[in-house]
Amino acid sequence: MRSMLKTSAAAFAILAASMGGASADGLTGDLRIFLDTSNPAPRATMEKMISQFQEKNPDLNIETTVIDREAYKTQIRNFLSANAPDVATWYAANRMRPYVEAGLFEDVSDLWADPAIGDNLASTKGAMTIDGKQWGVPYTYYQWGVYYRKDIFDELGLSEPTTWEEEKANCQKIIDAGKKCYTIGTKFLWTAGGWFDYLNMRTNGFDFHMDLLTGKAKWTSDEVRQTFANWRELIDMGAFIDNHQTYSWQEALPFMVKGDAAAYLMGNFAVAPLRDAGLTDDQLDFYQFVEITPGVEKAEDAPTDTFHIPANAQNKEAAREFLKFVVSPDIQTQINDGKNLGQLPVNAQSSVDKDKFLEQGFEMLSTNSPGGVAQFFDRDAPAEMAKVAMEGLQEFMVKPDNLDKILDRLDRAQERIYK
Amino acid sequence: MAQASVEGTRQSSWWHRNQQQLTPWLFLAPGILFFLFYVIFPIFQSFNLSLYQWDGLGAAEYVGVSNYEELYWDEAFYTSLKNNVIWLVLYLAAIPAGLFIALFLNQTVTGIRVYKSLFFFPFVISQVVVGLVFTWFYDPTFGILNVVLGSVGLPPMNVLGDENWVTVGIIIAGLWPQTAYCMILYLTGLNAVDPEQIEAGRLDGAKGWRMLWYIIVPQLRPATFIAFVVTIIGALRSFDLISVMTNGGPFGSSRVLSFYMFEVALSEYGFRMGYGASIAVVLFLIMLAFIAYFLWSMYKEEKAR
Repeated sequence: MRSMLKTSAAAFAILAASMGGASADGLTGDLRIFLDTSNPAPRATMEKMISQFQEKNPDLNIETTVIDREAYKTQIRNFLSANAPDVATWYAANRMRPYVEAGLFEDVSDLWADPAIGDNLASTKGAMTIDGKQWGVPYTYYQWGVYYRKDIFDELGLSEPTTWEEEKANCQKIIDAGKKCYTIGTKFLWTAGGWFDYLNMRTNGFDFHMDLLTGKAKWTSDEVRQTFANWRELIDMGAFIDNHQTYSWQEALPFMVKGDAAAYLMGNFAVAPLRDAGLTDDQLDFYQFVEITPGVEKAEDAPTDTFHIPANAQNKEAAREFLKFVVSPDIQTQINDGKNLGQLPVNAQSSVDKDKFLEQGFEMLSTNSPGGVAQFFDRDAPAEMAKVAMEGLQEFMVKPDNLDKILDRLDRAQERIYK
Repeated sequence: MAQASVEGTRQSSWWHRNQQQLTPWLFLAPGILFFLFYVIFPIFQSFNLSLYQWDGLGAAEYVGVSNYEELYWDEAFYTSLKNNVIWLVLYLAAIPAGLFIALFLNQTVTGIRVYKSLFFFPFVISQVVVGLVFTWFYDPTFGILNVVLGSVGLPPMNVLGDENWVTVGIIIAGLWPQTAYCMILYLTGLNAVDPEQIEAGRLDGAKGWRMLWYIIVPQLRPATFIAFVVTIIGALRSFDLISVMTNGGPFGSSRVLSFYMFEVALSEYGFRMGYGASIAVVLFLIMLAFIAYFLWSMYKEEKAR
């Protein structure tokens, strides 16, 4: 009796599944989603979005698991091979390469072949492409740039710089006023990677920067030395706060809030804690990192967070529908607005939230980054190289005289890592 | 029926004959099995893994001893090794410190239990909390340390940001709970000190340092031995304080072998399982040398009795 029930249930399930295939809505079965959006605001955003998808597909049994963002980075290796969900969050570019190469991510080029996605998401397509195929979809990205204390600039009679000379002249005046130009906390290394990204992209251009991070250019080359020479000008001026090697990026925020430092080269996620610390939008402003070598096209860092379908997923059909849903213009507008993720939508048809920084960032990325959009130092370079290199960058910021030793070490690491 | 009872008596008599030898093994069996499966077997697995190149995802590739070859050329490995030695040497300061605090607390004064608890307190709280407290203490901008240094006319220092000081700074943080641990060991040891010997010593005119050195300390030998063992092992497995206080930095100068192994094999930018395993093997061999020495000296002690 029981076996008969089971068979008929199975038959019904198959029938339902085939019906589900016929119409886009009315998906059935289970959909397991793993998220790394463990902070309260992004978590609530994601849960709200998933409940909307649930409403559209009442017969689908959605099961969401939120894992702590740091723990996720190690757990993903296990669950992708052992107990794969149907949808998982991750990051674009080189950070997804190990899983693509191990055959653990599903090829979703078919989704991108649809012009509704392929055209509207063109700006991030490169970051999702490995070996000519796409391996997931982005759901948000955010600009990097210089966030600065407008009130301090006004007080000292400074205006937003656009060239390297202006940048240094501004900085000298800030130092003369007894403050530091930039706050930074390099305890966890990646913040130094942000400075290197910008200095190198402005000194040598996007293509050279990518050649360096993908192992085609050498760290001991004259181009890279020029980048470090430019950086050293700032270090020798005393532009950065002291003892930055002991602080995390959050611990470096108070220097700017208290007015001991005037600016912070950071991603847009720094705006929320700065506002929480009491800085108003009148005090806080943003400018694009200045030109260094004239004629080099400006390129920007804009890290992209992504959704992927694991190769071992059970319900790939529902997962594909979910990915389409996530990148649709309305959902993109909704989840990226100021009340939710507070970042930039990836779909060109979406609208950007009325937020000073998001609007400026969107403007910058869509009209003033002809050089290209990079992901970030530790996402564009292989993880192992990123670690060794960022350690070298931190050492350089503390002991600029060690540069030759550091560059030799990075060359050796490069030879070993890119084989 | 008859046959069965014969069988039964024979079996029970065999059990009866060997009961004395078998019972301890039966009791030990679960422990031995777990020990083999979770300790001994993984040790050999690590040895094996250290000969492979493996990212934890794809197929492992046999590379012979090339991981060890790379270790030989790896500056970060020597930094870690050097720091391990510094840890081993400086961490031993917990033993005399613990002894003196124990001597100080080994008196009958009102409220002595409260003082003992206060001294023991750092051992009870988590190492993570110890690390955080000391990080704030050392903070170059907001910390108390530089206020204290300034008040006696010394220049400010950034302990955790200076590659020459960072390891010492972390060890001092580690000594805080470790001293409490040694203190407890000595307090129990002091309970067992023979009052007659002290009396005899006193009659012979010994007091102060001579009393301590010739009468008390020799009687504390077992406590000293245990304190030595736990301190050495504690120094070699130092990890949590480094992770909390500096994350191995600045530029990798506060790493020790266990932290470097974690970084290489399991952290965000790592996943080189084979290389991590080769570091683990080196650390294991160092520990093995100490453990062998401890076992040997314990064996000698037992035999002498």
